[in-house]
Formats: sequence, C-alpha cells, structure tokens
Amino acid sequence: MTDRQHLDEEALAELQDVMEDEFDVLIQTYIVDSRDRIASLKTALAASDADAFAKTAHSLKGSCINIGAPRLGELCLEAEEAGKAQDLGEASRLVAAIEQEFAAVTGLLEGFLVR
Amino acid sequence: MTQHSLRILIADDSDTDRLILQALIKRLGHEVIEATDGLEAVEKFREGSPDIVLLDALMPRMDGMEAARHIKALAGERLVPIIFLTSLSDAEDLARCLEAGGDDFLTKPYSRVIIEAKIKAFDRMRRMHDTLSSQHEEISERNRQLLEEQTIARRVFDNVAHTGCLDSPNIRYHASPLSVFNGDVLFASPRPAGGMLIFLGDFTGHGLPAAIGAMPVAEIFYGMARKGFSGADVLREINQKLKLILPTGMFCCGAMVEADFKLGQLRVWNGGLPEAWVLRGDGEQLLLPSRHLPLGILPPEQFQSVMETVHVQPGDRLLVMTDGVLEAANDRGELFGLAGIRRCLEQVEPAGHPFDVVLEGVRAFSDKAAESDDLTLVALDITDQPAVPDVSGQSLPSALAGPTEWRCEYEIRERTLGDFSPLPLLLHICLEVPGLRTRGGEIYTLLSELYNNALEHGVLQLPSEWKRSAEGFGRYYSERQARLARVEGHYIRFSLHHTRKPGGGRLRVVCEDSGAGFDFRNHPLVSGETGEGIGPRYAGRGLLLLKRLSKNITFRGKGNHVEIVYDWNFSAHQGDGDDR
Repeated sequence: MTDRQHLDEEALAELQDVMEDEFDVLIQTYIVDSRDRIASLKTALAASDADAFAKTAHSLKGSCINIGAPRLGELCLEAEEAGKAQDLGEASRLVAAIEQEFAAVTGLLEGFLVR
Repeated sequence: MTQHSLRILIADDSDTDRLILQALIKRLGHEVIEATDGLEAVEKFREGSPDIVLLDALMPRMDGMEAARHIKALAGERLVPIIFLTSLSDAEDLARCLEAGGDDFLTKPYSRVIIEAKIKAFDRMRRMHDTLSSQHEEISERNRQLLEEQTIARRVFDNVAHTGCLDSPNIRYHASPLSVFNGDVLFASPRPAGGMLIFLGDFTGHGLPAAIGAMPVAEIFYGMARKGFSGADVLREINQKLKLILPTGMFCCGAMVEADFKLGQLRVWNGGLPEAWVLRGDGEQLLLPSRHLPLGILPPEQFQSVMETVHVQPGDRLLVMTDGVLEAANDRGELFGLAGIRRCLEQVEPAGHPFDVVLEGVRAFSDKAAESDDLTLVALDITDQPAVPDVSGQSLPSALAGPTEWRCEYEIRERTLGDFSPLPLLLHICLEVPGLRTRGGEIYTLLSELYNNALEHGVLQLPSEWKRSAEGFGRYYSERQARLARVEGHYIRFSLHHTRKPGGGRLRVVCEDSGAGFDFRNHPLVSGETGEGIGPRYAGRGLLLLKRLSKNITFRGKGNHVEIVYDWNFSAHQGDGDDR
C-alpha cells in the first residue's frame, strides 16, 4: 500500500536542532495531540459524520507531515479523501490502519526521546 | 537572523504544528504571538497589531479564510501580509485562500529556509508599502497644507488689499475669486480731493510667487492713494519696490487710472496691459495702448510715470483688462483677441453696458475652458459726481492726543517745482492732528487749490480759460510741461500754523509764490460780487471752493500771498469724513 518509512530521521534531526530543549515537549505534545485526534476520528465515524472525519484527518495529516511521520501522513490523507467521498467503510478501515501505524510511530519516537 | 525583528502572529489549532512554527520563527529573531483558532487570531491581531500573519486554513470556531477577511479589514490601509499554513493540495482550496486575502502559502512540512525567505520577502514588501503610503500621506498632507496656506495668504491679502472703492456704483469689475494666485490684482481708492485712483495689475507667473508681489503693491497703492499722491507718484513707488523685490524675469504688467470727475479728466498709464478702451457716449472709441514697460523692470531713474490725459464727460466709459481677455481661447485654439472685443462692442445695445457684453462675449467664446478663468476686466463710468462709498474706516480721534500747537514752513524752489508735489507731505503733517484726520478731504482740497493756483497761474502764468475748450485743454497741458522747465528763481512757500481752541482747533495756511500775482481787489468773487466774471486767477470753482471750505480767505501783496483760516470742531463734523 505504501512504502514510506515510519519516521523520517533526517527531518526529526532537523527538528531536534530547531527545537533544542523543547524537542521533548514537542514529541510529547505530538503524541497527546494525535491520540486525541484519533479518538475524534472514531467519534466522527460512530456518528457517521464524514465531514468532521475529513477535517480531523486533515489536521492530523498536517502534524504528522511536520513531525516527520510520512507514512502516517499518507494514511491520514487517504482518510481525509474517504471522508470527503462520504465513504465510511473505507474510513473505518483507514482508522484501524492509522491506529496501527500511530502505535509504531509512537514506539519509535519514544526511542528517539531516550537517545 | 534578520536585523529587523518583526511581530508575527501564528494561528493553528494543532499544538504540534504551532510549536514547530513558533520555534522556527523565534530562531529567526522575531517575536511570536500565538492563537489556536480563527477567532482568537482576530482578537490577537487587534490587540497586538502584528506585522505578518500566518494562518492555518482549517481551524475550529473560525476558519483561516474568514479570519483573513477580518484581519485585512482591520488592517485597513496598512499592508499586513497573510500567509496560509497548509497541506492543502487541492488547487481550488488554494485559490479560495487567496481570494480571502491570503498573500502566499507555506506548506507542511515546514522548511526553515523557505520560511525565512518568505518572511524576508514579505517584510520587504510591507516596508515598501509603508514607505509609499507614508509618502502618499505626506503628499496629501502637503497638499492640504498648501491649500490652507493659500487660504490664509488670501485672507492676509484681502486685509491688505481690501476692495477699496471697487464697489462704487460707477465701477464694474470681474476677477476670479483666487485671482491673486493667477497674478491679477485690482485696486481702487477714492482720492482725498475727490476722484479715484484705479490700478489693474497682472504679475508674471502663477501661484504664491505671483501673489507675493501683490502685497506690497496693494499696500503702496492704498497707502499712497489715501494720502493724496498722484497716480504717477504711486506708479514710481510701485516700480521701485517691485524692481527691488522681484527676481529677474518677474514683473507686473499694469495700468493706472486717475479719474477726476470734476475736471472731466482721465489720466491713464499703461505698461504692458492690452489696450484700454475709452468708449464715448456718442459711440466714438479711443484706444490707449501700452506705452511703457511693465512695472518692476526699469530702474527708478529710467522709469517714465507720465500719464496720458484724456478729456472725458459724463456718459463716457473706460474699459481696462488683463491679457486673459485677449488670450481666451475657444476649443479650436483660436484667441478672442482685439477683434473679439470689437465684435462685442458692436453689439452693445443702447441700454446695455459694454462691460457686460464683453464679459459675456469672452465667456461664450471660451465656453468649456471656463475653469481656467484667468482674466480681470474693469469698467469705469464717467459720471458727474460719483458717490464713493466711505472706505476710511477710521476710528474717531481722541480729543487731546496728537500735536495741536505747531507751525511749520515749507518752500519748494526751482526745478523741484516741476518734479515734486508737496501736497502729500503737507497733508500728512496736517493729518497728524487727530481732529483733522476725518477732514482729510477738505484739507487736501484747500492745500491743492492753493498749490495749483500758485503753481499754474502764479509761477507758470497759465490762463485758466484755456482749459475750457478741448483744444485749449491740450495746449494748457503741453504749455504747462514746457513752462515747468523754466522756473529758475521761482518758489512756492507754505506756512502752516495750527492752534487749539475750545472744542477744536484752527489751521492757518499761508501760500506765497514768486509769481506776478493778480488784481484781487477788482476780482468779482473776491470783492463779493456774484456773476459770470472770470479773472485770470482763481477762476470760478477754485475760489468758490476755498471760500466755502474756509472761515476766512485773505489776499495780500500783489495777490501772490493768500491766507486762509480753517476752523474745526470735534462735535460738529464727526463721522462726516466726506471725501468730496
């Protein structure tokens, strides 16, 4: 489906440089933020609100791209498009994929923090 | 790092994105204001007035597009660049951001290099806009100031150059309201001994430089005319002043008209203005072309102030204009010209006035070019005894102030008899007495009757009956000029003596001349007889005037020694500043 990597290490290194002491805060913020948004995706799905689903997917996509999680970003884009297309079945499938990828990204990011 | 620190508003509902962006921007040395949605962005914009705004497109409460519209409205004239933060890839969405007032996009993931380059580029644009708008403001402010200054200058000028007696019933004139800024000036003043002085001037150039020269001219004109100086005296003074103050290449075309209605005489000087027209009651037309250089060109010693004398009678009219009349153009570029005036004058109906016809004619001719109204036209009707409005505006004199006990003697001799009139000086001395100030007209009349009789009939031995015919009139004046060149050994001496008396004062004027005198003992008017008797001196009007104005008149010696006594009272004459 996608051959993008979980994390763009180069981008993360640059972020680390830019954020300096705030890098940890950024990663924590991203994880908490994204967790909230994934929960929002599920809520929207349960309510069959395709528009809300698309908007949330759009926002999540932005921060994933910025943080250097391109594969997760790609999944969010697909979710956004499914939402826009009112395709709730596809949306449901993508939420599962997003959750799975997010778990992987989170694990890797936490490893990044320890380093 | 940029040297120039900006205040940048970031609005994004994603904490992650905001964190990254603010860190990037702070590292570039700018100050960051944060907002988490569109509504907050608008509020923070209002409070902090940032220089650049970065807006996420999709945000809760108010999205980026709407926030952008509000912010642009709040910014007004100020250029506040708005950059949309987006991962939007749909061309339509991007276009909507621009329509909402966005100036550019910044796509995720954020790149340090791109952000820095964009902020720099927009800062340059912003500053250029500020410079332009402050220059624009400066220009409009300057313009406003200039207009205000013109209004003030106009007010000052109006105070100096009041309309004088331009509102007299026998004067008609047209001048555009801001004519002084076209360089046109028009003044008229009653003369102390009756009659009027009118000056029409047209300065080279436009605007303030043209108006500036008008001030001293107005002051000289009104100051001197009031004191009884002749048109020639005023011209000499104006020329000298303008020569002194105007830069080379700037001068004033002008015409001076000295009207004496009692003598039926116009004296005209034209330096650089179009022909003045004398329009006789019987239809005859006489053109008085410019015979002199404009004022402000020749040095005083080369300046010719000799005025042309024209005999006129009631019903005659004089028309003087600036070249704006002749140079009025129609839409084919043709000029109105002398021919235009001639055409107009042919159409004057018996009841009509040439002034109205010419003005109407030139307006109809230039039609649409009416805004460039740059012409001044004045007409003077010769009447019997025109009612001149009182323009003295003097306050009533204090009863005791000023010199009341004094005497002086003033004698002019030889060549000076031909070059100089002592009347303004003598009048000035007399008018130092506050009680005499409102009687300037009478005093001037007394002094000038005495002086003119002493000069023309005493010293020059001119027979006054010459003046009674048109040919004789010319002969009289040419002979007067000729004889003035041969006044060796002659003099005219004035002795003025003023004393106070209860409730007023008494002025005694003695006028002696070196002439042959006349047989006053057998003069019908002196001996008290009435009748048509005309002697060689003090013919008719002159002596009657002296008798009417003074308390007493005495001739002595050979008749070349006259003494008059003039009494005045504070109460009897007040407010009666009659200039006739």
